[in-house]
Amino acid sequence: MAIEEKRLILKYTDQPGYTNDIDCYIKHGGYEDLKKAFKMKPEDICEEVLQSGVRGRGGAGFPAGMKWKFLDRKSGKPIYLICNADESEPGTFKDRQIIHKDPHQLIEGILCSAYAIQAKLAFIYIRGEFFEGYKILERAIEEARVKNFLGDNILGSDYSCDIIVHRGAGAYICGEETGLIESLEGKRANPRIKPPYFPAALGLYQCPTIVNNVETLCDVKHVINMGGKEFAKIGTPGNTGTRIWCVSGHVQKPGYYEFPCAGVTLGELIYDVCGGLLPGRKLKAVIPGGSSSKILRADERFTGKKKDGTEFDWGIEDIPMDFDSLSLVGSMSGSGGVIIMDDSTDMVEALANINYFYAHESCGQCTPCREGVPWMKKITTRMCTGGAREEDVDLLKSVADQIAGRTICAFGEAASWPVQSFIAKFKDEFEAKAKEQAILRKQGEDTATETSLI
Amino acid sequence: MLEVKVIDTVTINVDGELAQVPKGVNVIEAMRVVGKEKEIPHYCYHPKLSVVGNCRMCLVEVGNPMRDRQTGEAILEENGEPKIGWAPKPVIACATNVSEGMHVRTNTPSLVDCRNGVTEFLLINHPLDCPICDQAGECRLQEFSAEHGRGYSRFKEEKNVKPKRTRLGPRVTLDDERCILCSRCVRFSQEVAKDDVLGFVDRGTYSTLTCYPGKELSNNYSLNTVDICPVGALTSTDFRFKMRVWFLKRTHSICTESSVGANTEIWSREGKIYRITPRRNDAVNDTWMTDSGRGLFKESESEERLKSYSVDQVAKSLDDAIAATRELLEGGSIGVIGSAHSSLEEQYLLQKIVKHTNASFEMIQHTGEGDGLLMSEDRTPNLRGALITGLINQLPDTRLGQLKEAIEGGQIKTLLVFNEDLEQLGIDLGSLKDSVQVIYFGSSKNSTSEQAKVIFPSLSVFEKDGTFVNQNFILQKFKQAILPPMGLMPDYGVLTAILSELVENTHTVGMPSMESLWGEISKTVELLKSVQWSEIPEEGLALNGDAFASMNFVETENLKFKPTLVSEIV
Repeated sequence: MAIEEKRLILKYTDQPGYTNDIDCYIKHGGYEDLKKAFKMKPEDICEEVLQSGVRGRGGAGFPAGMKWKFLDRKSGKPIYLICNADESEPGTFKDRQIIHKDPHQLIEGILCSAYAIQAKLAFIYIRGEFFEGYKILERAIEEARVKNFLGDNILGSDYSCDIIVHRGAGAYICGEETGLIESLEGKRANPRIKPPYFPAALGLYQCPTIVNNVETLCDVKHVINMGGKEFAKIGTPGNTGTRIWCVSGHVQKPGYYEFPCAGVTLGELIYDVCGGLLPGRKLKAVIPGGSSSKILRADERFTGKKKDGTEFDWGIEDIPMDFDSLSLVGSMSGSGGVIIMDDSTDMVEALANINYFYAHESCGQCTPCREGVPWMKKITTRMCTGGAREEDVDLLKSVADQIAGRTICAFGEAASWPVQSFIAKFKDEFEAKAKEQAILRKQGEDTATETSLI
Repeated sequence: MLEVKVIDTVTINVDGELAQVPKGVNVIEAMRVVGKEKEIPHYCYHPKLSVVGNCRMCLVEVGNPMRDRQTGEAILEENGEPKIGWAPKPVIACATNVSEGMHVRTNTPSLVDCRNGVTEFLLINHPLDCPICDQAGECRLQEFSAEHGRGYSRFKEEKNVKPKRTRLGPRVTLDDERCILCSRCVRFSQEVAKDDVLGFVDRGTYSTLTCYPGKELSNNYSLNTVDICPVGALTSTDFRFKMRVWFLKRTHSICTESSVGANTEIWSREGKIYRITPRRNDAVNDTWMTDSGRGLFKESESEERLKSYSVDQVAKSLDDAIAATRELLEGGSIGVIGSAHSSLEEQYLLQKIVKHTNASFEMIQHTGEGDGLLMSEDRTPNLRGALITGLINQLPDTRLGQLKEAIEGGQIKTLLVFNEDLEQLGIDLGSLKDSVQVIYFGSSKNSTSEQAKVIFPSLSVFEKDGTFVNQNFILQKFKQAILPPMGLMPDYGVLTAILSELVENTHTVGMPSMESLWGEISKTVELLKSVQWSEIPEEGLALNGDAFASMNFVETENLKFKPTLVSEIV
């Protein structure tokens, strides 16, 4: 491997002998940053986080410090902090590693953040399927409570905070912050309309609430450790800190790898870090940030101007892995789930698979998503099982266009971006499939093919 | 007498034209003010319910004047107009409130595409069974599909299958396949009826409206969910498959169930009433009414109804009945038991008879349990009317007082009874048969009618014109919806005829017109000075009830009523 990982959050995990109990964590310098945080003023911590430029790791990439700034502190209502551990984006598996292997780092991050925003109660909304992670967190919280790292009068200060772990019940939409809040309140996870329900003003129980991803909250711990300015030196301006890339698909060594932002290019990630593609295969496409991000085609050229005015001309392998570069090439870094597809992939089936997921996960609240996404699923499934028509590809595009941007939450975009990008970049494959099946039909042969669809 | 409220307004720009709209309302309501209501179709938004914004039909483009971030000053275009920062995506009009200088576009190609898209989506899994659907003709989905639909289907897949003919409660039947999941009914149950039994189960395209297990939608407001359902999902079990709505005539009326006086609409055809629905009046009943009030028309179709004038229990002509009445009334020693079910006009005329014959008069108060919403404790529609016309000058008791003693003591020879059953009031007619002659005005047979000397069958509220005064002293008029049983005249007609016989010794033929009656009322009744029948607005006329404020009315707080505490007056 030519390129070495630079681990910050996953620094100790996977080291031989590192366990997820509190003693091991303290031995490695754990909870020192919490003590440091308590010596600081809450507003100073917020300032450090703002300076660090750390951006949300959950998908949207919104600066965490800015999010905290929007918090309505004048209302007099209690402030809540919620850790979003409902990691459900297909292709993403970073938060589970942190929870399983280093739960105390997350707890420390949550406590530092809760202290900074002066929340007296924090929640970890953990995905229902993460039962093991739930047990680990429950145990870790008990350990921390015994040592007075959380609970009443933490470490002799007059600040008290508790953490409640809440298990979801298996819905993707619970990862959307307002859907999560509804679910935490015991209702159906229907995302709320914004305005007026911005969590920072009207969140959990209509109180000001901050919802942050697991990785983001861990970053806060490191911001306190290094100071905002020092943290901002990792990565590039505007893309600070490290990111955990979850690489899956047709590579030799899929897995999670932590690098500074822009510290590695997509090509390096595939060929150097993950050991390249399977023997004899060629790269066909990459989904760079979880299944909802737009797909990149292997033979594309990406040109344009960066924010600072410099021009770029990248092949797919040259794309630096950070927030801004991936959005410059028309996709996004999302939740960091990099899905690699080689030339053995049937793009229609790949899209059918993604559509199946989103059709299953739509909450059903607003019309375009509730009706449109299952429609797209029905079309792609039919195309895969022998009923493809030439007009289907335009129909798919038109349906997707009718969804994106017209729903309450970003699910509408999440579900239609894959369709829009697959069709924009692989239209020929969709048309070829329809033509091939039309010929078979003409010859009176069976068009149904075996598929790997669920 | 109407309150004129000064409302703060803001100036907004709608499709390039400036308009003044009330401050703080949402864009849908603002468009209603501007008269562009049709431009923003919507399903889930209801003015009396919370906003959820899930149908996505009311999307509009909105822009606000841009301001410089540092200085806060308005940024201007080259021509001096304020520069407008348009929102990057269309926004829902129901959750967007107007503000000064806001620009709204309702009809750009992209918005047309949005509406067409939503319409197409709503139709792909819709059963398209308009020919057998009760909602046809008053269905939002049908209307908007005509306006915003494609006209053909691009959907070649199989439609979803959901439960049909689900019984949600004793009066409501649900067809889940027609449901567009707007959640109006769910919100109504939670927010207005306070009976949280409805909800969605399952997810996404399989979302299904249902009742909480083991419960049913049985509250007295359940049929309002049928009214607000924009499609044919929730249907009234009673009205289902009975009649096409476009064949029905709509008449404005008032609910007689209690002193709330909910505004209603009577849907009738060829002399038969098919259903009653609420009519919006923000000062009286918002857009709701009780289920029990909707069934009142069935009473006037009952077998027990009195259908002919009679004297000595023999059917006679109206003239004979009036002649017999005149004879009795001229004999003196008269007692009258009035009714708060009579219209204001009838009470006015009765008051004249009472004065002329120098009769002893009493009235009975009918009370029941109130529900704090649209059923008040006073179960009569027009008690305030009796106060205003001077028929009574204090609140009636729930029992007969001195009049009972007078009857039993033999001081009363003729008793004129409206609607009441003497037996229930503790008067044994059997033993008084020889001493008291009863003239009965009422709609159905009872023990009093069986022994009455003269019977005048009364007409129901659906068969005549008139006015009631509700709990908040709002004068409300109702119109005749259907023809009465053959040959019958409303009470006000009969009373006018009796009066002219008694007072002027003339014989009148035919009914007095409402205009002429009100011509007289507006001259003589203090509170109704210069009010003309044709000028009473559809939404009612608020009268000043201060003169009666010290009375201890039975109503407790409900949707639009706050009792005045006696201590406040003192």
